[in-house]
Parts: sequence; structure tokens; C-alpha cells
Amino acid sequence: MERRTVFGGRLLPVLLLAPQLLLTLFFFYWPAGQAVWSSLTTEDAFGQGFVYVGLDNFAELLADPLYLQSGLRTLFFCAAVSVLALSVALLLAVFADRAIRGRAVYRTLLIWPYAIAPAMSAVLFLFVLDPRIGLLGRWLNHNGVAWDYRLNGTQAMGMVIAASAWKQVSYNFIFFLAGLQSIPAAVTEAARMDGAKGRHRFRTITFPLLAPTTFFLLVVNVTYAAFDSFGTIYALTHGGPGKATETLVVKVFRDGLINQDIGSSSAQSVVLMVMVVLVTAVQFRFMGRKAAA
Amino acid sequence: MKRRTLLLAPAAFAATRARAADRTTIVWWHAMTAALADEIARIADGFNASQDAVTVQPVYKGSYGDTLTAAIAASRAGEAPHLVQVFEVGTGTMLAAGKAVKQVWELAQETGLPIDPAAYIPAVRGYYSLADGRMASMPFNSSTGIMWYSKDAFRKAGLDPDTAPATWEQVVAAADAIKAKAAAPIAMTTSWPTWIQIEQFCALHDLPFASKADGFEGLDSELLFNSKPVVAHVERLLAMAKAGTFKYGGRDGAADPLFVSGEAAITFGSSASRGNLVKSAKFEWAGAFLPYDPALIAAPKNSIIGGASLWTMTAPNRTAAEYKAVAAFLRYIGQPAVDSVWSQNTGYVPVTLAGFEKSKADGFYAKAVGADIPVEQLARGTVTPNTKGLRLGRLPEIRNIVQEELETALQGGQTAQAALDSAVARGNKVLKDFARTVKA
Repeated sequence: MERRTVFGGRLLPVLLLAPQLLLTLFFFYWPAGQAVWSSLTTEDAFGQGFVYVGLDNFAELLADPLYLQSGLRTLFFCAAVSVLALSVALLLAVFADRAIRGRAVYRTLLIWPYAIAPAMSAVLFLFVLDPRIGLLGRWLNHNGVAWDYRLNGTQAMGMVIAASAWKQVSYNFIFFLAGLQSIPAAVTEAARMDGAKGRHRFRTITFPLLAPTTFFLLVVNVTYAAFDSFGTIYALTHGGPGKATETLVVKVFRDGLINQDIGSSSAQSVVLMVMVVLVTAVQFRFMGRKAAA
Repeated sequence: MKRRTLLLAPAAFAATRARAADRTTIVWWHAMTAALADEIARIADGFNASQDAVTVQPVYKGSYGDTLTAAIAASRAGEAPHLVQVFEVGTGTMLAAGKAVKQVWELAQETGLPIDPAAYIPAVRGYYSLADGRMASMPFNSSTGIMWYSKDAFRKAGLDPDTAPATWEQVVAAADAIKAKAAAPIAMTTSWPTWIQIEQFCALHDLPFASKADGFEGLDSELLFNSKPVVAHVERLLAMAKAGTFKYGGRDGAADPLFVSGEAAITFGSSASRGNLVKSAKFEWAGAFLPYDPALIAAPKNSIIGGASLWTMTAPNRTAAEYKAVAAFLRYIGQPAVDSVWSQNTGYVPVTLAGFEKSKADGFYAKAVGADIPVEQLARGTVTPNTKGLRLGRLPEIRNIVQEELETALQGGQTAQAALDSAVARGNKVLKDFARTVKA
């Protein structure tokens, strides 16, 4: 089914589109264009002189083993955060969807973490996991586990993954819960009458029916892990120890804002921008096909 | 009564406004917290009360790094503050700032308010001056790295609390004793790993940190701190970490609380920690010279300074009166009375010779035992090209690279040699990029 409105003239549609187009122009195309331009130049910190260097910044970036490492690290981080956040959210949603007492309360409580700012969630995690002041961190060290994420890269990575996933669980939870509720009761009842047991029913009926929701959430989660996790990572570890938790976005921030290497930082942003465009294109294609089918 | 107050209010308001309008306001961005921020406010208040033409308004802008980043961003937007406090490692970046800053000699010349470089302590002045001696920025808070130790922990460990270990060998032995007697949860830690364990170590032992006189003689300087003695020193730290006598406390000043809280028995940090120690440490502590290695040098050289200086920034609409106000304020903070009070209350060293003399005459060093250690450590021996300080662009980034590589080595991921080699290679790339952008 398609809906199409036919406008008589040109003026009205242009006028109706103008506000949105202007917003996009000012808040997206303009800065993005500047980033592309900066990525082709080198510039001193105070912006007093710049030289056009062509694709030098990109060539240097791709030849830099540290950049490639950071890319791989980001892939791992995104995968880990998405899998963790999705599976925990699904589990919670399935339980909260059951007829249990006080489920409205559970649902509300489970949504809360989403409203917490990344930096604050990082502080909360510090209160728990800091080796000196954190409850769990102190307990671990007391009981013979050498817990110190400031020196142990693996521990640091585990911590930022947990903190980032924790924040995203609530978001996923809402969508999964809505998805579960939209599964017609008749289908599950029929399966039950045919004798399908709980886990079997979930695998063959519920999960396939949740697939569109899961796919949408997967894309959202990957994007979240790649971009929005910056606040959490930076507040917890600053990308350290060593470079153990330096994802691509943390690197963009460090090179651009702290090290004032505008050219290289812009080149990195352009690479990220291209990646987002690709992910979005894939999503639109896939979702579009689903909707058409 | 009430009505009368209401009627008078606008008039009073207008009067204040008129008076405020007569005064030129200059904005001063700084990075000082806690006790140090109170002292900043004291200086600003003192200056504002001492004359009626200028009001100085100090604004806290976060850490040193944040403050520099904010100043650069503001300058690009044409909204730079009048004065900004920039840490010593930002000096290379600021010297390359061209028209965005007005160097001290230039400011003095333009406003006709003279500022005499000879009034400032040479070790401090040198860090912030051009090759020909003209001052680029105004020395303000200068510290140096020293060793701090807990006398209580020393006593518990059976060590003499009044004799600080002077050589690294003695430090290792003391740390071993502290660990053996469990005199403190952490035997030794360090703040500012790059500044103290690499930069100061090089200066003390007259080793080059970088070529071209640590960068003073040209932008094409290359890092040299992967030399044998420095590698051996890092190996010593790694061995101590393995033995459990050295605990890494994090980057930059992150390890400071470990000592103040009494957890660590020995630390290396800024001499400016003194103010906070006086206020917060609940045990008997003392400061001492940084340890050295007698196998490398018979008598250690002077250490180099840390801390920050004040840079005058330019903005498109800035008037001559505003620059004049800045110059007047810079002259004020260089007065012996102001300088010595600032130094006595904070633990920073006096930056003027007269300020140092005044503190001596006040009997401050007789009362505050050990407060003269940083001054003496800065002034001892003859200055060589390796002890003048560092003049490298994007040095904060290089410091971070060194910290990253040290962290990897401390995790056991690489040897000391590999860590320093990799830090030098990565740092040299940063220096090359800096030289390229500056020439542009």
C-alpha cells in the first residue's frame, strides 16, 4: 500500500520542506563539509595557517598500526556491548512479560538507567569497581584478586563494556517488551495446545517473531557502542591503561581536542562518517525489504 | 522604610554601574583548585583593592589541559581571555601561537610599563624566555619535582625518619624495609610518571631528553630518552613493581591522594603538594631531594621546573587600555610581597629573587622546614643544555605517550627498552607533525 499526495505547484512543497532542510543544512551538512575540508589540510592549533595536503592525513592514518588496532578494538567493543546489552534485556523482558505480581514496578525500575547521563553512570561504576574506594573493587583486592583496571587492560575493557552495556539494557528492554506484547496471544496459545514447552516455544515462536525488533536494536546498539559510549569510557579510563580502551571515538577526541591535531582528527571523523552512512544504508535496505514483504 | 529602600535601589544600582564602568575588567583563566584557588582569589582581591582602575576576574577552567584547550578554542572564536595560565609543557605550543598571544616583552614595550627579566629567578625565567633572553610569558606558579616520605612509616619500618634516602639504591632499600615491616600498604608510588621519572631523571643526571638542547635550539629536535641509563631506571621501577614495593598510581597527578591519605610511604610529586599536605595529611611527613644514581653522576644537577606561567592573549576588539591593565596586573604579581606570600601559602617556589629574599627575611624557611628544598634543588650546580628545561611542541601528548607505554610495560606486556623505544618513535612523529604545522 502506498500513499502519495500530489501537489499542484512547486512553492508549497518547497516551503513545507524548508525548515527541515535548513536544519539539516546547518547542523549536518555544514559541519560535515568543514570536517571534510579540515581532513584535507594541516593546521596549527590556533588556526592561523593551514596547508592543503590532499589525502596525506588519510594515508598516514591507514599506515598507522595504532589506528588499525583502535579500529579492531572498536569492533570487539561494539560486538561485546551489543551482545551483552541485547541478551540481558531480552532475558529481563521475557520475565517482566509474565504475569507476575508488581510487574509494573519492575518495568518502571528497569527503565531508569536509561535516564542517567554517561558520566554519572561512570561515577556509579567507580563507586563499585574502583580498587581503592569501590565496594566490589576493595572486596576483590581483599580476597586475593589483583583487581586494578588502571593497569590491567583486560579488566579495564571488561569494565567499560559492562558500564556501556548497563546503560543500554533499559532501552533494549522497552523495545523487547513492546515486541513481546505485540505477539498475538493466539499464536502462543496454539503452540501451547500443540504441546510446545517453554524453551522450545520461545525458540520456535517468540524469538522469530521478535526478529524485526532484534535487528533494529542490533543496529541501534552497534551505533550506540561505537559513538555514544564515549562519555562512559572517557570518564572511567580515559582510554587507558596503555591504549586498552581507546576506541575510534575516544581517539578522535584525544587527537582533535587534546592534542590539537585537527587534520588527523578530521580525517578520522570522516572515516567514521562514512561508516555510519554505510550502516544506515544497510539498515534501510534490509528494513525496507522487510516492510515491503 | 521599605518604600524608601525601593526608591533608592535604582539609584544605588546606577552608581555601582557607573563606578564599575570606570574600571577595566580583565579575565584570568586558571587551573587551580582547593587551597590554590583560594590563593588565586586572594591575589585578585589584593590587586583589585590596591588600585581603582582595573578589576581582575579569575575564572577556573578545569585542569591545565582543559584550560589550554579552552583558551585555544576561545582564541579561534575571537573570544580569548586576557590572561591564561598555561602549564610549562604548553610553552612550546604557546610560543608558536603567533598573533594569538602578546609576549611579555612585547606587552611591556607597547604599554610602556617595564617588566625586568633580571628580577626573576634564572631557572624559572629561562623556561619561559626566548633564546635572546626576552620573556615570552610571565612566571607565576613554579614548582619542581621532589620526594615526599612519611616519617611515621619510616619509624615503623625501623628507618631513620630524619635521613631521607639520597640515592636510588637507598630508596629501593627503604622501600624493601617498608614492605617487609608492613609499615604502609604501599611502599612507593609516583605522581607525574613522565615528568619525574623521565624528564627530571634526565636533567638530574645531565642526560639529554631530546636533541637540539632539549628543543631550545630548533624545531627539528628528536627525542633521546631511550638511552641506556633511562632504560635502566625504568627497569628498576618495573622490578620494584614486580617485587610489590612500587605501585603505579595512574597518570599525571592521579597518585597524589595515595600519599596524602597515608597509604603510600614514599612518593615523588610536585613541591606544590606542600599546601595540601599541611592541610590534609594526618601523619608526619617530610620532603627531600629527588634521588639520583651515583654511578651516573657524582653530584646531581639542578632539576627542572614544573607549574605554569601566565600568557597574555589577544582578541580582535581588545583595547590598549585592556593591555595596559594586563601589564599592570603582571607587574603586581611580581612584587616581592605578593610573590612571597603566594609561595609561602602554596609550596610553589618564589619566582622573583626579591620574593625569595623576602621569604628568607620573614624567617619562613626556618619555620617551614624543608620548604627551601625545591629552591635549592632548582638552583644547585651549573645549568647545562640538558637542565634548562624542555622546549618541545605538543609535549603534553608526548607525556601521555610515555605514560601509555609505561603502563603497557607495567602490565608485563613489554620490556623497558621496548617501552621507551616505542615512546620515542611515537613521540618523534608528534614532533615532526608539530614542526610541519608550525612552519605552515
